[in-house]
Amino acid sequence: MAKAYTPGLTVSARVRYRARRLLPLTGRITVKVGDRVAATDVVAQTDLEGDITPMKMSNLLSCAPRDVPGLLLKPVGSAIAKDEPIAQSKGIFGMMKVTVKATAAGTIESASDSTGMVMIRGAAQPVQVRAFTSGRVVEVLGSEGAVIENDVALVQGIFGIGGEAYGPIAVGCARADEQLEASSIRSEHAGCILIGGARMTIDAIRRAIEVGVAAIVSGGIDDADLKALLGHDLGVAITGSEKVGITLVVTEGFGDIAMASRTHDLLVSHIGHTASLNGATQIRAGVMRPEIVIPLADEAAGDASAGGGATAGELLIGTPVRVIRDPWFGALGTVAALPEQPAVLGSGSKARVLEVVLADGQRVTVPRANVELIAE
Amino acid sequence: MRKEPSRIKVVVATDCGSTTTKAILIECVDGVYRQTHRAEAPTTVEAPFADVTLGVTNAVTELQELSGRRLVNDDGTILRRTSTDDADGCDVYISTSSAGGGLQMMVAGVVKEMTAESAKRAALGAGAIVMDTIASNDRRRPHEQVQRIRELRPDMVLISGGTDGGDMKKVTELAELIAPAKPRPRFGGEYSLPIIFAGNRDARPAIERTFAGGGFDLKVVDNLRPTLERENLGPARETIHDVFLEHVMAHAPGYDRLIAWADAPIMPTPGAVGDILQAIAKGRGINVVGVDIGGATTDVFSVFDGTFNRTVSANLGMSYSISNVCAEAGMDSVLRWVHLDMDERELRNRVKNKMIRPTTIPQTHEALVFEQAVSREALRLAYVQHKAFATELKGVQQQRTVGDAFSQQEGGRSLVSGMKLDLLVASGGVLSHAPRMEQTAAMLIDAFEPEGFTELAKDSIFMMPHLGVLATVHERAAMEVFERDCLVMLGTCIAPAGSAVAGKPVMRWSARWEGGSAEGTLMGQEMKLLRISERAQVEVMPERGFDVGAGPGVAVKREVRGGSVGLILDGRGRPLSMPSGADGRRLVAAWAKALELHPD
Repeated sequence: MAKAYTPGLTVSARVRYRARRLLPLTGRITVKVGDRVAATDVVAQTDLEGDITPMKMSNLLSCAPRDVPGLLLKPVGSAIAKDEPIAQSKGIFGMMKVTVKATAAGTIESASDSTGMVMIRGAAQPVQVRAFTSGRVVEVLGSEGAVIENDVALVQGIFGIGGEAYGPIAVGCARADEQLEASSIRSEHAGCILIGGARMTIDAIRRAIEVGVAAIVSGGIDDADLKALLGHDLGVAITGSEKVGITLVVTEGFGDIAMASRTHDLLVSHIGHTASLNGATQIRAGVMRPEIVIPLADEAAGDASAGGGATAGELLIGTPVRVIRDPWFGALGTVAALPEQPAVLGSGSKARVLEVVLADGQRVTVPRANVELIAE
Repeated sequence: MRKEPSRIKVVVATDCGSTTTKAILIECVDGVYRQTHRAEAPTTVEAPFADVTLGVTNAVTELQELSGRRLVNDDGTILRRTSTDDADGCDVYISTSSAGGGLQMMVAGVVKEMTAESAKRAALGAGAIVMDTIASNDRRRPHEQVQRIRELRPDMVLISGGTDGGDMKKVTELAELIAPAKPRPRFGGEYSLPIIFAGNRDARPAIERTFAGGGFDLKVVDNLRPTLERENLGPARETIHDVFLEHVMAHAPGYDRLIAWADAPIMPTPGAVGDILQAIAKGRGINVVGVDIGGATTDVFSVFDGTFNRTVSANLGMSYSISNVCAEAGMDSVLRWVHLDMDERELRNRVKNKMIRPTTIPQTHEALVFEQAVSREALRLAYVQHKAFATELKGVQQQRTVGDAFSQQEGGRSLVSGMKLDLLVASGGVLSHAPRMEQTAAMLIDAFEPEGFTELAKDSIFMMPHLGVLATVHERAAMEVFERDCLVMLGTCIAPAGSAVAGKPVMRWSARWEGGSAEGTLMGQEMKLLRISERAQVEVMPERGFDVGAGPGVAVKREVRGGSVGLILDGRGRPLSMPSGADGRRLVAAWAKALELHPD
């Protein structure tokens, strides 16, 4: 029988996790192999070249471009402050000279005699990369970054917004099928990673921002609520840079959908533990899903599997799966049969299918493309 | 060394896409070239494999198993035969590639509507995705332009500007913005970013000085707009292809080996599609539009009166970008194509769920109807963008009549004309894999609104890229396979242009074909399907105010091609206008019934 593989998201109580932390360009690595680091420790840093500010000096001085280099008050390569005089025209018989002030602070990088353009390079911008998870440095990647390893509990979400966040885990919904409402959010949740249940409402998100919650993890979100929060309709799932005052991670999808019980149980079992979370999602080539990483206190030697990144596993009879498209969107079940021959779907298309026994005992036929593994 | 076409009888061609590597076998059977087998395997550019040739070997190995002809050596390379009598091996191996995001470029020109637009046309025509177009008059302030340049990570930059002998200052200013901004290439710090300069030849010394600072690999080619009246895109396009091979491909995992395996230069996939469509348009003397709708983007290609244009609508697609289609078109526009009652909030959540789980497929009839409605809007928007881009040259001095002055038409009329269009070719999942061919034809007609007589076809297995490269080594083979195996003829659409009113006649028609004939009157807002699989003689007499190509009210008698769908008579008028609400839903349901889109 041909093997069938299908992607799934990791929900694991213990996995050996490797965080590959890279600078956007080469720089200085501040750790060495074997060092123990905390999640917020800086492991690498560099300076990005400063912004360029062009000034059309020949226009400003009303002179020919070739005269511009000779009219600078400071030579190329000199530091200049914002609003400091940078160039002056010769005037008429030494009178009525025009003085131009620098529009930005930095260094005079160039003055073109063919276009009359002067470039000011701003101060370098420091960039720091943190460890993201506590653990041990196991590899230094030249002058680009480092790899941090630890045994963790790991949950991959399906979608998120906002960047990296850190904090202790707190519980907003005691049950996986409970909607996260504003009334569940209290002031002591400030700085926490709050675990919801089913859909997070827009009122709950707004209340969480008000209180200062670091992040929310819940089963679903309504598209209309996401649009209200972002102020625009999200066109493509490339996220992570949103600045809405909170990071959100959805574990199942859009709509009224409960978090998988196993995911909820796992997260709730770590109440009070410090976790790291990243909402960044990229659903294109090189897919990236949001992650919740909870370092385990008792680092076991060698018995955890390597984790991180989406998994692809084999579909077998008895494999637990989640249906990821209507008409049974969100339903959990186990694979009951894997027919070899393609079947005609209700849509009229022909596709390879599998039979799933859902949690309520119903046996349904679903295209193989419409299930995902619930990976350990 | 290039092989003589007469010695090419067996061809292996691959297209390395982002997710799948598709291989086809082309053989000369009884003197005619046919595509005989096809196979596919996952692309292996990304980790953990990080070698594109593994996927190629896997796909060709499957081809070998299906065909019974040995095509792969023990070391995984493609087996060539030394004589045309050999039962194993192939004569030529060719490939295209769009893996790893394809070719991504930034272009710059002095005037947005003139040299910058010509530069964009050159880049798109070469098969690139244009990440941004920087122009002196693009309404961004210089520091905003610099910021944008710094954010992008292009594979190369094309700079144009100034006619030969004209102004040098503006194009030098552009270069002076780009050089210090130091755009970082996608392939890391060791890579010297290729800059292609195709502007005013007098500005070359200044441009060379500007990019002399290091970190750049400057190539200077002939001006792509030597005069305002003339575009000269060839040299820039060729250099883009060369740089794509020398720099971009050479940095992608395994491509150095793939380049060595292939008997012709590896081409960017869309560039190859453009080449085959141009060859077809030239060979048959027709105007062609081709569309390829993918998960993230939609490519539209057109050849009108010999002029080729291509646009890529980034973020108009059926999975990764489905949410963007709904946002850009508006849900009302999508739902006007749906004849079933659907809950809008539920649909919005479904759209987002498709976006985050892009590989899922519609299981229910309702889900399929909705997805095909979205596709109509994605195609329509992509075509609107294409029509706006595929224009006559702007900035050319024109003689105007008094009438022109009143019509206030800007320079640069669109070259794309629904009435002049002869052949519309569809490819991409939602069109190629629709359960019924009638659905493919309906999506094309609704989105592109062809006028007069238009043949409809689909590229069943997206073979056009392979044939584009094949045309560079054996044009006749490419043409024969295109006509016989690549295209599935759906039929012909006859659509009178004019304002149609429900219940009022639009045209009288008659058709004769082998084994049958029919005639009748087509009413406003009516669709009619004639099941004709071969050629037919038709005569059409449009009513006053309606035009099928010969002028308003003028009859046309001609031969048309049938196909797997047949002859579609479209009495809805052009441009299409649809009532909203329940009336609209009733009409859409009637059209679906007339075209037999859905089984009862």
